Amino acid sequence: MSKPAVELTGVTKRFGDDVVAVSELDLTINDGEFFSLLGPSGCGKTTTLRMIAGFEFPTEGSVRVHGSEMGLKPPNQRPINTVFQSYALFPHMTVTENVAFGLNMKKVEKSEVQKRVGRVLDQVQLSKRADARPSQLSGGMQQRVALARALVNEPEVLLLDEPLGALDLKLRQAMQVELKDLQGRVGITFIYVTHDQQEALTMSDRIGVMSDGRLLQVGRSEEIYERPTSRFVADFIGDINFIDVTMNGSYSARLGSGVEIGVPEGGAQPGNDVTLALRPERLALYDLDEEIPAGHNRLKARVTRRLYYGDVYFYDVDVGIGTEIEVKEENRPGVGLYDVGDEAYLVWSPEAANVVLS
Amino acid sequence: MTAPPVAAEPETPAPVTPELEHAAIKAESRRGLLISLPAYIYLVLLFVVPLVLVFVYSFATRDSTGLTVLEDWNLESYKRLFTEIVFEIFARSLVLAVVTTVICLLFSYPFAYYIATRSPRVRNLLLIFVMIPFWSNFLVRTYAWRVILGSEGPISQISLALGGEPIRLLFTTTAVLIGLVYGFLPFMVLPLYAALERMDWRLVEAARDLYADGWTSFRKVTLPLSMPGVVAGSILVFIPSLGAYVTPAILGGAKTTLLGDYIVSQFLAARNWPFGSALSFAVMFVMLLATIFYFRAGAKTL
Repeated sequence: MSKPAVELTGVTKRFGDDVVAVSELDLTINDGEFFSLLGPSGCGKTTTLRMIAGFEFPTEGSVRVHGSEMGLKPPNQRPINTVFQSYALFPHMTVTENVAFGLNMKKVEKSEVQKRVGRVLDQVQLSKRADARPSQLSGGMQQRVALARALVNEPEVLLLDEPLGALDLKLRQAMQVELKDLQGRVGITFIYVTHDQQEALTMSDRIGVMSDGRLLQVGRSEEIYERPTSRFVADFIGDINFIDVTMNGSYSARLGSGVEIGVPEGGAQPGNDVTLALRPERLALYDLDEEIPAGHNRLKARVTRRLYYGDVYFYDVDVGIGTEIEVKEENRPGVGLYDVGDEAYLVWSPEAANVVLS
Repeated sequence: MTAPPVAAEPETPAPVTPELEHAAIKAESRRGLLISLPAYIYLVLLFVVPLVLVFVYSFATRDSTGLTVLEDWNLESYKRLFTEIVFEIFARSLVLAVVTTVICLLFSYPFAYYIATRSPRVRNLLLIFVMIPFWSNFLVRTYAWRVILGSEGPISQISLALGGEPIRLLFTTTAVLIGLVYGFLPFMVLPLYAALERMDWRLVEAARDLYADGWTSFRKVTLPLSMPGVVAGSILVFIPSLGAYVTPAILGGAKTTLLGDYIVSQFLAARNWPFGSALSFAVMFVMLLATIFYFRAGAKTL
């Protein structure tokens, strides 16, 4: 088995005396993995990336790439390349010159440079614009030049800092697929920094969620989405309802309104106050006279708002616990449509909920 | 049917027609002309008119008493430009201007780079330092250099204290060079600073990321991208250096006549206005050529 592509051990980065950008980070990224660092702006994900690249040095801790310590090595001595946010293409060079830059710096033979640049430009479908200046290209093309410029060097690890942030939605979605395919083909480890949870979920093999300089949870997309271990992760990724309950037994809990509901086993002791996290799409509305699946929770609800999203409806319902619950129902035949003021049952399987730390 | 006058009813504007839109655009450009009118008038009266006068005089003749008469138009003055003395003075001035420019560039670039990479607060402080000399009169400052460079001055004193010879720099070409570099340094620093301050430093990071070491990324990225500043600063230093009069007159010796001095002497001592005018025009022509050449060379890198 090969060594992990990147290993961060006890990495802390302080700016000045009181700003802690990254705090005691331990993270192992496997070889050939598409790993995303996800978090809101200012969470330390970009600083982490910059420490791997060598633009910043950790205040303490170890950064290893395929087992070798990076220490205070400058970026040019690391087997890593970066695709920058807003690309950072050299404006005074053509596409070819931009892409050839790294190879020329490594003193690769001219004919070899030509061959590899030609091949990578083919790969990103930019051969026809080889002599253009970056300013003459569209955002999507510039993005592909930035990608080609990094990939042509065949780095051990490719860092991508919100590379799709500047593109419009359709193009971004197309590029997500393209990037993922590309990563599969070239087999290079990708470390992808984004604040876009959808992007992270779609593209990544694994995701690390960061907040306030700390790594809160690392896992596969499904794990992060379905089994968030903290309120922050649950809230940051996708829409979610939080319901405060008091544990009654191992499998049951009492709402603020006094109603008893079933909960999944979460290790909480009876008498503990915990928070349940429930995804809106795991909730359903049933007519009052409709049959409820066995073992499901059922709460009397009144619809207070309905929002039309095209493919789905979002309902806000009042179940008498102070906060309203958001329900997501698909817009397709057979799914009942409710108006504001209608009464219905809010129904979910106890297994759909997650017990998270308050 | 005739359209009503435009300004008739301001409260209910008429729907826009191509004619109305055209009129609005024209009005906009008239306003533009109006606000630049003071500058236009100033430049025409005080720059273009004198220039035309000089141009006219350069073709005039002198009568037997040396007075310039505006008749018998001829090219004699221009022919005189191609004499050895003119070449000599011109070459000396050119070398001095080039050396001044190069020294200014070598001193200013690192300094401008330093300023541009400081925090905004330190940056403003340093910029004020650069501009402090402007707060006192150029003539006074140049005379101060007489004291510094003279045989009794601090430089000489230090040399003596160290057991060396007294150094007298005053009235030498070196003194003129020191004076010119001193006088024009801010004109180099400021445009360089402006160019470096606009630099996107992520491009330097990108170069470092692509295996360039510090020096190479400077050479391949920072320097080419700051070329507009280099060009602007060089022109701002080179042109006044080539025609400099005050500094050479105060710090320079009698043996090292420069262009500015030579032109002045044609108008005053020699009372040869046509030749002085022709010289002035020749210098302007060379400056124009140099500027065009330099801009072209600078533009190529971008």
